[in-house]
Amino acid sequence: MIGRGSSAPRREGASQSRTGWRERYNGWLQHHRLSAADSMSRVIDNPGTSLLTWLVIGIALALPTGLDVALDNVSQLSVSWDSPAQISLFLQDEVSDERARELQQELIERPDIAQTRFVSRQEALEEFRTLSGFADVLDSLDSNPLPHLILVSPADSSAQAAAIALRDELQSHPGVAQAVLDMEWLQRLNSLMELGRRLVLAVAVLLVVGVLLILGNTIRLAIEGRREEIVIIKLVGGSNAFVRRPFLYTGLWYGVGGGLFAGLLVAGSLWFLREPVSDLARLYQSEFQLRGLGVMGALNLIILGGMLGLAGAWLAVARHLVEIQPR
Amino acid sequence: MISFDRVSKRYGEGHDALREVTVDIGRDELVFITGHSGAGKTTLLRMIMLMERPSRGQVLVDGQNLASIGPRGVPRHRRNIGVVFQNHRLLLDRTVFDNVALPLIIAGYDYREVGRRVRAALDKVGLLDRERAMPVTLSGGEQQRVGIARAVVGKPKILLADEPTGNLDPALSAEVMQLFEEFNQVGVTVLIASHDLALISRLRHRIITLREGRLVAGSKT
Repeated sequence: MIGRGSSAPRREGASQSRTGWRERYNGWLQHHRLSAADSMSRVIDNPGTSLLTWLVIGIALALPTGLDVALDNVSQLSVSWDSPAQISLFLQDEVSDERARELQQELIERPDIAQTRFVSRQEALEEFRTLSGFADVLDSLDSNPLPHLILVSPADSSAQAAAIALRDELQSHPGVAQAVLDMEWLQRLNSLMELGRRLVLAVAVLLVVGVLLILGNTIRLAIEGRREEIVIIKLVGGSNAFVRRPFLYTGLWYGVGGGLFAGLLVAGSLWFLREPVSDLARLYQSEFQLRGLGVMGALNLIILGGMLGLAGAWLAVARHLVEIQPR
Repeated sequence: MISFDRVSKRYGEGHDALREVTVDIGRDELVFITGHSGAGKTTLLRMIMLMERPSRGQVLVDGQNLASIGPRGVPRHRRNIGVVFQNHRLLLDRTVFDNVALPLIIAGYDYREVGRRVRAALDKVGLLDRERAMPVTLSGGEQQRVGIARAVVGKPKILLADEPTGNLDPALSAEVMQLFEEFNQVGVTVLIASHDLALISRLRHRIITLREGRLVAGSKT
């Protein structure tokens, strides 16, 4: 019970608040480490709650991310078809092989046409037979139901109006049953994609707000649970920043974990879809492969999660910590 | 060291906790504040550590007018004051060591220095062998001593104690008071609110008596 010599404490008594900036900085760094580790162990010590929070954040982040990845894949697919607008001329049934080839010659001499390709009804039938798997059905037909086809590439493929004018002109050409400008469905696809992007963005904004609220509420509960501790820390001179620190780290860990879960969910869904997609691609004679998030994408997702976690925690902390004052 | 100049505190509902209190407490003093519950003892202590601000009058601590300290300056001010609470107010999920270390961690000390100082403080209150214990495993007297170690570990110039012996038996109370006297002897200004008149009148220190918020005795040394 009896203390040590009384002269030593007296000598040091005056040095109590005079700590150098270097020591202060070290102490600050140390408290960051301490808070980070302490928050981490609190997150891990409550696996049920933490897992639930991670999953909720993960799903909320995975939804827009997954949709975005899907859109990326579709646009990657359409890029290869994008540039040369093509007009398909389906010829009338009574047009003969020779007449069709003459027509092709006629067309290729025009200055506003860069290229043509003739697909005869026999070739078309062969191609259809090998690709569709309806060989038996086709064999049972008496006659070839397919028309001759001439594929026309306009000279200036970017000039949309010119391509449309050309299509209209070719439509009225004798022997042509139907002229179809392939650009139309690409345009439709592109506007659909634009719509998709907007939708993804709207969903993303909503879900990000949701994530912030979820995190804010989780941190609010953590603050409530440690109210007495906060009061004590404030009583012995802890600043708001000091009190805030462990909660910000808690938010960060929840966010980072959520980002990680989101990455796993997206990767898992892609893995789940890979097989049928490549089957489908093979049917379309395409080498198309599903593109995933990639390492950078996953990293961005985790960083985004962490930032959301910090922001959510900050919102909660700013609202609730000031209210807690020693009484 | 601490001076109150015509300090009054009126709460919203018209209740006067302190009325025109004027008192000076010197640097090397140990002073008891006594009075019935509700006489204003706690309010007086709370003003010194800025948990409360006066309605009128001013409080000076170590030469600084507390009115000049804004909300952001409060933590720094509190770091220079050690406080012992009646109900200990320990962190129940941390060890004795961590509890005592808290003020040093807040002040940003290096961890080696923290260890050294915490052990010195625990040694001082006779609990060096319990540094790994959790507070709930300690007796009331031991918990109070942990609270005292936490209050003095940062070597504050001022030590405040609100009913530090409130829950202790006479023998333990005497031990705790002896500790406060030792700190006072090494130059710490000590201010103890207590209604245990039998105990404090034996100790031959100045006693400030409050009654219904008024200072009725002990304004001068």
